[in-house]
Amino acid sequence: MNEPSIRHPGLNLGAAHGADDEAAERVLFGFWLFLMSDAVLFGMVFATYVTSVRATAGGPGPHDLYDLRSVFIETLLLLASSFTFGMASLALKYKHATGKLVGWLVVTLILGASFLGFECHDFITMFAKGGVPSRSGFLSAFFDLVPLHGLHVTAGCLWLLCMVAQIARYGLDRQVKLGIMRLALFWHFLDIVWIGIFSVVYLGGLV
Amino acid sequence: MNVTSIVAHPLGRLGVQSLPFWQMLQHPSRMNIINGVIATGAAGILLMGALVTVVLITRFHKWRVLWTEWLTSTDHKKIGIMYVVLAFVMLARALIEAGLMRAQQAFGLGGGFLAPDHFAELFSTHGTIMIFFFAMPFLTGLINYVMPLQIGARDVTFPRLNSISLGLTAAGAMLVMVSLVLGKFSTGGWFGYPPYTESSFSPGEGPDYWIWALILSGWASTFTGINFVVTIWKERCPGMKLLRMPLFTWTALCTSLLMMFAMPPLTVALSQLALDRYLGFHYFTNAAGGNMMHYVNLFWMFGHPEVYILILPSFGIYSEVVSTFSGKMLFGYRAMVLATMTIAILSFSVWLHHFFTMGQNPDINAIFGIASMLIGIPTGVKVYDWMWTMFRGRIRFTVPMVYSLAFIFLFVLGGMSGIMLADPGIDYQVHNSVFLVAHFHNVAVPGVLFGLIAGYHFWFPKAFGFRLNERWGLLSALCWTLGFMLAFFPLYGLGLMGLPRRTVAYSEPAYVPLEVVALVGAVLILVALAALAVQLWVSIRDRDRNRVFVGDPWNGRSLEWSVSAPPPEYNFAVLPQVNDRDAFTSAKEHGSAYQPPDTYIDIELPTHSALGPVIGALGLAAAFALVWHIWWLAILAGLSLLATMILSGFARHTTRMVPAQQVQREQQRWLAVASAAKAVTRREECKPSNAGLAVQEEYEGVAA
Repeated sequence: MNEPSIRHPGLNLGAAHGADDEAAERVLFGFWLFLMSDAVLFGMVFATYVTSVRATAGGPGPHDLYDLRSVFIETLLLLASSFTFGMASLALKYKHATGKLVGWLVVTLILGASFLGFECHDFITMFAKGGVPSRSGFLSAFFDLVPLHGLHVTAGCLWLLCMVAQIARYGLDRQVKLGIMRLALFWHFLDIVWIGIFSVVYLGGLV
Repeated sequence: MNVTSIVAHPLGRLGVQSLPFWQMLQHPSRMNIINGVIATGAAGILLMGALVTVVLITRFHKWRVLWTEWLTSTDHKKIGIMYVVLAFVMLARALIEAGLMRAQQAFGLGGGFLAPDHFAELFSTHGTIMIFFFAMPFLTGLINYVMPLQIGARDVTFPRLNSISLGLTAAGAMLVMVSLVLGKFSTGGWFGYPPYTESSFSPGEGPDYWIWALILSGWASTFTGINFVVTIWKERCPGMKLLRMPLFTWTALCTSLLMMFAMPPLTVALSQLALDRYLGFHYFTNAAGGNMMHYVNLFWMFGHPEVYILILPSFGIYSEVVSTFSGKMLFGYRAMVLATMTIAILSFSVWLHHFFTMGQNPDINAIFGIASMLIGIPTGVKVYDWMWTMFRGRIRFTVPMVYSLAFIFLFVLGGMSGIMLADPGIDYQVHNSVFLVAHFHNVAVPGVLFGLIAGYHFWFPKAFGFRLNERWGLLSALCWTLGFMLAFFPLYGLGLMGLPRRTVAYSEPAYVPLEVVALVGAVLILVALAALAVQLWVSIRDRDRNRVFVGDPWNGRSLEWSVSAPPPEYNFAVLPQVNDRDAFTSAKEHGSAYQPPDTYIDIELPTHSALGPVIGALGLAAAFALVWHIWWLAILAGLSLLATMILSGFARHTTRMVPAQQVQREQQRWLAVASAAKAVTRREECKPSNAGLAVQEEYEGVAA
């Protein structure tokens, strides 16, 4: 096989990482496929939401429940976390000090956790206004889509913790590198899904 | 779900009333006694089977071997074999249930012997098992075993994930089996339409058994699909271009892509139904803005591609079998590849034909009807390609070939009834009748099942090193074919006469004769199953006379035949170099087969891993707890699953080295046997003299 310049879509480790770069090809390709499958999952839940948005059954609707200010802050937090993860990926690729890499990862984790905090607060506010999932088809669909994304972010935060722990235990070995690269794709993917949620659910609901 | 209720009901809603004979003891009416005896008997057979297995393993001190050599193995070949074993066990149960249903309907004039709910459980488990726990594991097992060998790879890309998929599939299958002993399974059919399966109409544990069994196996299939696509994309040996891949690998690729993309809608539909049932959401309920049409759309967006997930690998098997046993290159290879891909893509555009009668406007029905008919075109191309492959070939009527021929005749008939059903106008007349049952069995039995069993016969000698008995195999094939025709052709007639599907009893005497014919067919199919069991027994007994260690019993054409039978754990001493389609035939013609390589190198293989069985067991525990509302166990198992996954990320040293000397030793031993073996012609194919080395005959068919 001749030497490809890019082994997989997205940020490559590059030739300086030798065999680790080679090993990334299969693992990252596999993770892209997982994301494609996950995207179908989100697509189906989006479709459920869009077709249920009018099924409020006399209960509260988007105008009664959504708080755009809070959602806007969440969006900024998540976009910022994607940027900081990007910085972590660059630190990994260009072999900056491990402390710098861990620093960016921790900042990402804090941003992700703050996002989750705001989101939980949103949900609690909605519950207080009678916006519980068992109230209507619309609310069921809402609480399928948005918390599903939140669950993914929670999984991402746990994964971040695990990566930091693995760095502490093993340093930057191959599995840690490949783990961070997959987590990066996962994190950016969740950002894109959130942009969909922000546009379709929140902006679309308030139009 | 609070602490007091956990303390008061540590087993959730599980109680003595969940035992299969409880109702019979409480209310000993004639009907209850008959149904109780059948249910208890089934549970007893299952428990006896499990007990005998445990005793035998203990008696022969095989626990350690079972754990270290099999359950924790990450070798794609062993995982493949375990999948097929699981599939056969589940097939036995589903066929016995089918026999019971046919018996009930044969005696169903005015009542019969089964209670309606019992009958409903039978058709629900029969369908669920046949699709998710017979056909899926079987095809996954065959692909697992064969595909890496066909593309010249040492294993799949993610061997541990492969083992996890097996664990989850087995957990789902076990959950269905447990429902035989504790409580009842769903009565909602294999597709479990709400609102009937909502808690308002089905408050019991039945639909929960069904939901969790399918979620477990659905995850397994998603992971399997991803794993296979990466393997086919990234692990091909040098020179194995896409258009040199054997057709079975092509169908494996298309099926895996479908698994990746079609499983998520099922996961979504099932988890939404679970949320409705457990937490009072309103996705598919009648009230509060729920809409069951969401479910129907989601389910069939999975369900229709699923049909092709099942049948494409069988198409691949038929292609390999017809080409090998006609002694010719596959006719129209490129057309076959294109047809397979076309079917895979079109399969996403026809889901609505599963519910033409559920209220869409005629234009939408027409569009989906036309899309459905279009699928007949690539399928027709395939049928012609198989026929042209046989044309002027030197055909040998071995067992796989007999299945393939039966398939071609019967499948065309099933396809024709499918084209009829694709017409919404006709569909309105015959929908929900046994005409439909006849149609999908007419494509599923000859299409899927015959192909899988043909593949089992075809590759068995590769996996175990000896051929299966031909005579019992032919008897079984004959019984399968005749049994299928007798069991399902009458259903076309009964459907046109108006018999609705899933009918437990009827009052129309005119149905009886055809129902009796169908029962005879079901009995013949059970004979076919018994013949398969006898065949396995006889073949194991006579294994020393039928050894094919050299590895090429059928004068095979692709790379899996180029190594010993069974193959070494690393598959290839040195990765092959491919220069042509039908790589092994080409190597045999050019004299490059059975040649030692210049140098041997150390080979890296995945280590064994307990991750698969552990995740499977925890998944089973969590699912069982959720079915019975045993909340403490559900939380415990869920947290353990999470901990297992986190800890597995800390695992290092997941590969080991096979030293070059060992590879060389094993390869040379095999080459020595190969050079000492007598090459046989195709006349001796099924005789003991066939040691797995084929004479290169001049006759290669006539180039068409």
